[in-house]
Amino acid sequence: MSVNKLGKFAVVGLSAAWLAGCSTTGANTDASTATTATNEGTATTEQAAPADTDKSATYAANQDNSVTSVVDNQQDKAKTSKSMLDGVATVFYFSFDKSIVRPDAQKALQIHAKYLIANPEEHVILEGNTDERGTREYNMALGERRAKAVARYLEIQGVPASQIETVSFGEEVPVAFGHDEKSWQLNRRVDLRYEK
Amino acid sequence: MMLRKWCLVLLTCLLFTSAARAQLVIEVTSGADKLLPIAIVPFGYNGTDPLPQDVAQIVQDDLVRSGLFKAIPRSSMLSQPSKLSDVYYRDWRLLKADYVLIGSIKNISGDRYRVGFQLLNVLTQKPADDYTTIDVTKNHLRDAAHYISDAVFKKLTGIRGDFSTRILYVTEQNAESKHPLYKLQVADADGYRPQVIVESDEPILSPAWSRNGRDIAYVMFKNMRPRIFIQELATGKRKQIMSFKGLNGSPAFSPDGKKLALVLSKDGNAEIYTLDLATQKLERMTHNYAIDTEPAWGPKGNSIYFTSDRGGNPQIYRLDIKTKKVERITFEGDSNYRARLTPDGRFLVCIEKVGGDFHIAVQDLKTGRVKILTHTDLDESPTISPNGTMVMYATTENGKEILAVVSVDGLVKYKLPSTDGEVREPAWSPYFN
Repeated sequence: MSVNKLGKFAVVGLSAAWLAGCSTTGANTDASTATTATNEGTATTEQAAPADTDKSATYAANQDNSVTSVVDNQQDKAKTSKSMLDGVATVFYFSFDKSIVRPDAQKALQIHAKYLIANPEEHVILEGNTDERGTREYNMALGERRAKAVARYLEIQGVPASQIETVSFGEEVPVAFGHDEKSWQLNRRVDLRYEK
Repeated sequence: MMLRKWCLVLLTCLLFTSAARAQLVIEVTSGADKLLPIAIVPFGYNGTDPLPQDVAQIVQDDLVRSGLFKAIPRSSMLSQPSKLSDVYYRDWRLLKADYVLIGSIKNISGDRYRVGFQLLNVLTQKPADDYTTIDVTKNHLRDAAHYISDAVFKKLTGIRGDFSTRILYVTEQNAESKHPLYKLQVADADGYRPQVIVESDEPILSPAWSRNGRDIAYVMFKNMRPRIFIQELATGKRKQIMSFKGLNGSPAFSPDGKKLALVLSKDGNAEIYTLDLATQKLERMTHNYAIDTEPAWGPKGNSIYFTSDRGGNPQIYRLDIKTKKVERITFEGDSNYRARLTPDGRFLVCIEKVGGDFHIAVQDLKTGRVKILTHTDLDESPTISPNGTMVMYATTENGKEILAVVSVDGLVKYKLPSTDGEVREPAWSPYFN
């Protein structure tokens, strides 16, 4: 894996820690995972996360978002040019077998949403990926679910569905090639790409 | 002159090494408790041209790989008879062989050969089976060897041998570069004679055999979107049969060959459908917001086993095709994935996640008993041999993806390591005749 990628991950991790610190809406397992990740400099396993509670958390999280994220369309028009995306994350990470958009992804996604709303001719492709564990076809479906979770988040922000395409690569297109949690965390991701 | 000859020998050696490198190599890592001792005597040969294959050695490798036989080493053989009248049973009793296989190869015309063989019982000092001959061309001596292995195996175990079957698998070269190369390949069940079926710079997965072994189905990405293809092996003729938006995956031919089960997400999320291959009619089989994927037909074709996380974690469920009733099948481990059924329908083989590890597990559908068959931790893609005794699967060894085999009873294990990049997604063929 490239140093560049690691650096990016560290930034995402840091903001996750910040978000988790500020969060008043209680412990989402995902947020706590991300925090530990920063502390240790590596991502951690999320085996501890009980799967059953997570599913309801997905919906809860999404409902929360729809309430808190009324998009501020009165923003200065200059701020909706492509430059507003400079330095904004385009890779969003997930926990094992989970497709919950983590709190640390939300700020960046809100900026992407704002940009897409202001530029209806722009299109994004959301590419869902998984780590190598589990079976390939299940991971194809899981990657799709992750991409769709990000799509849903953007749609809740007001982005028309016609500007979003989702695709899954399953475990077929890793960015990190180790067989350890560090690599796995980097591979459990949705890549957001702009395409005219 | 002499030098040229040596160069030729060297060149031949090099050629052989590179050919061998591309093939899978068998290692038996553990065997059953009681192995049947058998002596496979090198076959006699009357020709002058050297034979490309050591037929007796191939037979010996086949039988040893089954985990049921122990071969008497050639170096300890007191004699190497190739016809019955030259056999002294006491020689073989001394070596503690229960059975002896003798044979001979005759060049009958051009590149045609007649291979004769006979199995002898050392204890009764009588032939155990009739003397049999088969005629093959030079290129098919390996097929002759597998045919003999099947005959011996059937005679001594009562089980139909699967030595003449083949495997499909996917290799990926330059996996860690920007330009990986994917190949769908077919080889003998022992990994020899690999042939490339499809080559692509985009991922290939989920190869599956039709029940007559003539057609295969697989998933290949095109412009980074998954598509399902059906291809005729002999002609290479192929058809893209599914290209919906979203997932197109997990093709599985029904036992009668008329339908293909597959996974599409065109209606929102991963659901299982069946495609009638004659009418092209699609029928949706599952209706659930959860992931439903990895369909596997029950051997009678009246049910589909599949993976679903509708209960929170991925587990195996069984769908009755007529009533559409769904019933959960697996309960052990944290989760279970990708079911495959033995041909008699008795055992379900799947991937079981225990803690952070993924193992091959077998569940007795009659008693419900579950047994973990492997102790490696990243196992996937189990596929069962047509006689129902062996499971081939993909695993990771020293950071490399390889294929391995374990018997359904867990007693026999061997690996098929390869130097040809990552090897994955095995699919064991049906019988061809």
